[in-house]
Amino acid sequence: MAEMPITDIRKCDGCGLCVGVCHLNALTIVNKIVIIIETVECDWCTDCEAVCPTGAISCPFEIIIQEH
Amino acid sequence: MAVQLEFLKRILYFSDLGLAELESIKELVFEKTAERAEMILLEGESADNLYFVASGVVKVFKTSTEGREQILNIVRPDESFNDVSIFDGGPNPAGARAMGPVLLYGIKKNDMEVILRNHPQIALNVIKVLAKRVRHLVSLVEDLSFKHVINRVARILFEHIGGEMSRGPRLTQQEMAAMAGTAREVVGRSLKALEEEGAIKLDRHRIIIRDKEALRKIMEVSS
Ligand code: SF4
Ligand code: SF4
Repeated sequence: MAEMPITDIRKCDGCGLCVGVCHLNALTIVNKIVIIIETVECDWCTDCEAVCPTGAISCPFEIIIQEH
Repeated sequence: MAVQLEFLKRILYFSDLGLAELESIKELVFEKTAERAEMILLEGESADNLYFVASGVVKVFKTSTEGREQILNIVRPDESFNDVSIFDGGPNPAGARAMGPVLLYGIKKNDMEVILRNHPQIALNVIKVLAKRVRHLVSLVEDLSFKHVINRVARILFEHIGGEMSRGPRLTQQEMAAMAGTAREVVGRSLKALEEEGAIKLDRHRIIIRDKEALRKIMEVSS
């Protein structure tokens, strides 16, 4: 399954800013908390992390070596 | 939709005003909407309006001659943008783009002058907003103009490489910013710069180190 951003629902206040900026519509609000729609393939643009005022959603990177 | 009084009350500019005063200001406020990715202000154009974000998020940015974007500010609901050019009369110092659908409340430059004349107590709050903006920009300038942030980002990547078998720790741009002692906006730009130099490649949720030696050299440049 596609990798998705990580949410910390304790920090989410349901403001919906991330939902509005996600260009793939991968996020939604249910019961005042952000929910990730796992069927959408997120492209890791990290806009949701950038706009979240509380740090409740994040897009962590794995760092690997693959030299050419 | 009519301009909401409730919204005006939440804006720092107008927070000291009573209802009657807000009512009179409301008359001068207009609505504007923008779709995702729509430009609201173009860098260098003449500035006619002050904007407040009612809903959605606006990105304020500069574009370099090579076309690289540097985010200066992310403007969330209740916050303003384009204040500087409204007050100094110069052109827009940066561009502004809607990050998703946005609703803005605008006030024309001339009307803002009338408002300030009629309600001089607003000036103190305007100063607070501008002072905060200056402080934020000064810290960005410091990190963008000295090369050391890119070295630090290179070092952070180096120290967090995952192994073949085990997954290394995963890092967000926010966390890299905290480690490098800078703003998230500067980390984004540093990663882009490292990618342009061929040291790394951004691949969705992975940062692939393509040239370890190049990364090491960048990391070791004395700052
Ligand atoms: S990283 Fe981008 S595409 Fe993925 S959920 Fe966040 S805003 Fe949507
Ligand atoms: S922006 Fe942050 S706080 Fe707001 S809904 Fe999204 S995750 Fe929750």
